[in-house]
Amino acid sequence: MAATASSAPFVDASVTTASASAQAPAAKVVHALPVAKRRSRLSWETVGNFFATVVPPLIVVAILLLVWELASSGPKATLPAPSRIWLEARDLIVDPFFVNGPQDIGLGWRILTSLQRVAIGFALAAACGIMLGCLVGQSDWAMRGLDPIFQMLRTVPPLAWLPISLAAFRDSAPSAIFVIFITAIWPIIINTAVGIRNIPQDYRNVAAVLQLNPFEFFRRIMVPAAAPYIFTGLRIGVGLSWLAIVAAEMLTGGVGVGFFIWDAWNSSKLSDIVVALAYIGVVGFILDRAIAALGNFATRGTAAA
Amino acid sequence: MIAPVSPRPHTFAQATLPNRPLLKIDHVDKSFRRGNSTSEVLKDVSLTIEKGEYVSIIGHSGCGKSTLLNLVAGLTQVTAGAILLEDREVNRPGPDRAVVFQNHSLLPWLTVYDNVRLAVDKVFSTIKSKTDRHAWTMHNLDLVQMGHAKDKRPAEISGGMKQRVGIARALSMEPKVLLMDEPFGALDALTRAHLQDTVMQIHTRLGNTAIMITHDVDEAVLLSDRIVMMTNGPAAGIGEVLEVKLERPRDRLELATVPAYLAARESVLKFLYERHRFVEAVA
Repeated sequence: MAATASSAPFVDASVTTASASAQAPAAKVVHALPVAKRRSRLSWETVGNFFATVVPPLIVVAILLLVWELASSGPKATLPAPSRIWLEARDLIVDPFFVNGPQDIGLGWRILTSLQRVAIGFALAAACGIMLGCLVGQSDWAMRGLDPIFQMLRTVPPLAWLPISLAAFRDSAPSAIFVIFITAIWPIIINTAVGIRNIPQDYRNVAAVLQLNPFEFFRRIMVPAAAPYIFTGLRIGVGLSWLAIVAAEMLTGGVGVGFFIWDAWNSSKLSDIVVALAYIGVVGFILDRAIAALGNFATRGTAAA
Repeated sequence: MIAPVSPRPHTFAQATLPNRPLLKIDHVDKSFRRGNSTSEVLKDVSLTIEKGEYVSIIGHSGCGKSTLLNLVAGLTQVTAGAILLEDREVNRPGPDRAVVFQNHSLLPWLTVYDNVRLAVDKVFSTIKSKTDRHAWTMHNLDLVQMGHAKDKRPAEISGGMKQRVGIARALSMEPKVLLMDEPFGALDALTRAHLQDTVMQIHTRLGNTAIMITHDVDEAVLLSDRIVMMTNGPAAGIGEVLEVKLERPRDRLELATVPAYLAARESVLKFLYERHRFVEAVA
């Protein structure tokens, strides 16, 4: 893309100077011919690049759908084939935002409700995780005391937190948010701590000579220096919090894509579950890319010293 | 922390001048302890520096030059003895002893301007108004000829330019002593010569007191009023102090044939390579 953009004005300039200086027509032709060739070749390259990135995944998806169709077309098949899913759950696929009744709504609405839950849980996890990470990264004592506990707790699966949070909060809504929070927080803490530990001694010396107070040190040195690590933690964290949504919504019921899956399983609507899985996958992918893009935007300039 | 008066002999005769010295390094020892082993880096170092003096510290690698500078900067603490700046003991870092670090140490997420402005804001937050602080930041950037690159980030400028900004940041704090830890060590010869000239001009113009660590004999002779030559470690000390009696402003091309320059150069070389030859096995 950049090549086309940068070469275009050069091409135009050469053509205009050639005609303006009233050179012999032969010279003009000599200039014009390779220019035209080069231009078309470049634009073909761009189109080619586009197809090179889009075609392979399309082909792979088509092959997978075909294999799936063949595998589940037999009479003893336990899972629905893609064609059957299309027939049974067409409304869910084509229109994410329909409303037919209190429990008969499009998956788009459910995703939005789930996203809201994840947003609250993840925001809490991000805030607490960064603060705890700073503490653990800054103090050896906190590191020795807390790190083993973090390393142990981070391996506990989201579902295992359900009964405990229910017992503690005695209400489904805060328990669900707590499950998301507790699933997402560990990588944020650990990555932030690593980032703080890796702040070069030079920056600490600069801060010492300038006599920055702890708050200024936190804002001017610690956060920007550790930002690449913090964003790696946030990116893993957002993925995990989205993973916890099904577990969390088994508790809350009502509207939400996690509860939708739980509900569809109870009423044996397998096709609906497959569609919901696809929705969750796509949204998770977008969330991951969004945090990565935010990280790239926020940490530009910090990567290279 | 002031050590008891020790009967140790002075390593060199201290000049007694009528005015009080700006900086006094008084029988300083420094040792580092790791586990059970203690390594003695500096032993009985004494030196006084007058206001406006440019002092170079030269010596072989590992002789504790940087340790001495870090002690003056307050980044590490003395084991025995004391360092006095205007009769007050130095025991923590501060902007009155601004440091130009060897590898510039600019904050990569701030622009050139913001790197200097951070220092200006911190040191002059109550003394200068916002417009004055902006003007002072630009003044210091212009002093090192970096005003044109104020909006660039450190990653976008060359090594020599980064070091210029590092010097501007240190100067902007209006330090009583400017500390430079091999400020030109990481630069190529041409850039280095250019920056040495800039530092000389600034020193002539502002008359600041400076301590510079260097490996480079020519650099030491060209820039300094005095050259402090250190013996090899462990337990390094000051071997000799050479006064460079050359008129300022100095010009590197003219100096090349001046006998006093050549004599100074020769005596430093002799100290380093004859009497205190660096033996790798010792370290």
